[in-house]
Amino acid sequence: MKPKMKNDPKLYDYWPYLNRPKIVWPDGKKLAFWVAPNIEFYELDPPANPERTPWPRPTPDIVPYSYRDHGNRVGHWRLMELMDKYNVRGSVSLSTAICQHHPEIIEACNERNWEFFSHGIYNTRYTYGMSRTQEDAMIKDSIKTVKDATGQRVRGYLAPALTHSEHTIELLAENDIWYSCDLFQDDQPQPLHTKKKSKLISMPYSLEVNDHYAFNVYGQSAGQYADLLKRHFDQLLREGGDSGTVMCIPLHAYLVGRAHRIGPFAEVLDYITGHKDEVWVTTAAEIADYYRKNCYDAALENIAVANKVGA
Amino acid sequence: MALPKPYLKYPKRKKGMDHDLYPYSNMFERSPITWPKNKNVALWVTVALEYFPLTSNAETTFKAPGNMVTPYPDYRTYTAREYGNRVGIYRILKVFDKLGIKASFPTNTALAKRYPFLVNEINIRGHEFIGHGTDMNALHWGGMDSDVENEQIKTALNGLRKATEQNVTGWLSPARSESENTLALLAKHGVEYACDWVNDDMPYEIGEKEKLIAMPHTMELDDRQLLVNLGQNEKTWQEQILTAFDCLHRESKTHGGRILHISLTPYVMGQAWRIKALRDTLEILMETGWVWNATGAEIAAHWKAQQ
Repeated sequence: MKPKMKNDPKLYDYWPYLNRPKIVWPDGKKLAFWVAPNIEFYELDPPANPERTPWPRPTPDIVPYSYRDHGNRVGHWRLMELMDKYNVRGSVSLSTAICQHHPEIIEACNERNWEFFSHGIYNTRYTYGMSRTQEDAMIKDSIKTVKDATGQRVRGYLAPALTHSEHTIELLAENDIWYSCDLFQDDQPQPLHTKKKSKLISMPYSLEVNDHYAFNVYGQSAGQYADLLKRHFDQLLREGGDSGTVMCIPLHAYLVGRAHRIGPFAEVLDYITGHKDEVWVTTAAEIADYYRKNCYDAALENIAVANKVGA
Repeated sequence: MALPKPYLKYPKRKKGMDHDLYPYSNMFERSPITWPKNKNVALWVTVALEYFPLTSNAETTFKAPGNMVTPYPDYRTYTAREYGNRVGIYRILKVFDKLGIKASFPTNTALAKRYPFLVNEINIRGHEFIGHGTDMNALHWGGMDSDVENEQIKTALNGLRKATEQNVTGWLSPARSESENTLALLAKHGVEYACDWVNDDMPYEIGEKEKLIAMPHTMELDDRQLLVNLGQNEKTWQEQILTAFDCLHRESKTHGGRILHISLTPYVMGQAWRIKALRDTLEILMETGWVWNATGAEIAAHWKAQQ
């Protein structure tokens, strides 16, 4: 353990999932549902990083590279068509260099009023080893790139390849980002600690129901994944009656957009959008905006009460 | 090339074990145990309350399962583990409340100190705390300095006793890892039963001089093992628990009371899509009318009284 390393990053307070203030989403909805397609660009020959090797084999490691490229050529178009069918807008976790590499994809998403949030520039440029200034420049570049390509102001962040530094969260506050998808401690949003006065929140990104986890970590089939997502939805909807919950489905078109998986996934969107009376089908930025205006202050008060027990 | 001569010497090649911690014993030849109200199977449920620091332990060649994965700072793993102790655990407690289940909580002392709110919720429900080391980096390993280990165990136990206001007589080592001295040191600091060894379905006496009760804390049916490490789904988890129950119940008719242990991890079983499987499984077990639900300390005490 290097001396500068911390045991606890102290990004947020402990907040028991018990008797929390009641969140009611717009129009009395119980569950805020959003879908996060990761539209990523992985470089064939990225520069070396001191902490992480991008590809297992020497460059060119063509199989994992093309495995991911499949998403931009095939999977994305299947997934977008499906989301059109169920009127679900994506909140895109974007490697912003896609704006340069594949403007066709950006245009198609923007036409549909999808949201773009920053997932760094390339998914092969890791935060490890960056200075604070370098990380800040990368974040600013990604914000400007999206603004120039789409007119949208980025309001959310998910670090490239989920690689972080101790500065990441503070830099989001400094760059007027509203929500971070980097933290997985909860099924509801939560205020984050930052030195800069900011209403930065953590947005539930439901990492454990990410298609990558289901297919490539837990070895689930497409049908098993669809069943899991429906059960996940059922429970969060039930709990949303006590206090509104957030369900995100984080996706990769190179995984869920395969021919054998898109069909079972369609059943999930059909099932969830079939509960329209209780479900707010929305984007992450809209959830963050609503939460910051309507739920943020009550959350802070409740957190303070919980932390008085035994203190 | 050849191996040195002692490689073909077998100094412990004799009847019984190759150590002095316990004698060999065939479970099916032991005196039958009876549980209160003549129930067949003791149902022991444990929930591990683990605190994984953002830094990993550099002193050991291995890490506890569930520890950090990526280069520092691994916010992904750190916060995903925290999910269990702030969200998942309260789902699990609600299931216990609904079914009247009493459980045992192997608890890192650092966690008990960090989250007095949670300690209080567990205490007011009458559950048991079990020592589980200071945090998931505070490992025990073969060859570690015994003075260091003595201090490590003493600090963890005294800290947990103070934070929970419970006696704390049970112990589960972080990562179930022990040194040659762990059991003796646990006995010295007031532990009566330990849960690390995985070689029996019933309690037995363990220890060279000071004796402890080795409790059958399952590894094979552990939720992290089945659902995370092996990638099984909740239906398969439930099927195997109920199949184990059928076997133990059958054996209890001819061999005396058995124990079904269910091992839970809040960041695993406390996920939204999994909690129903826990509720359904425990409900089925409780409704059989054949189970005695008890804490580790209660089961160990009943067993001991019949030796």
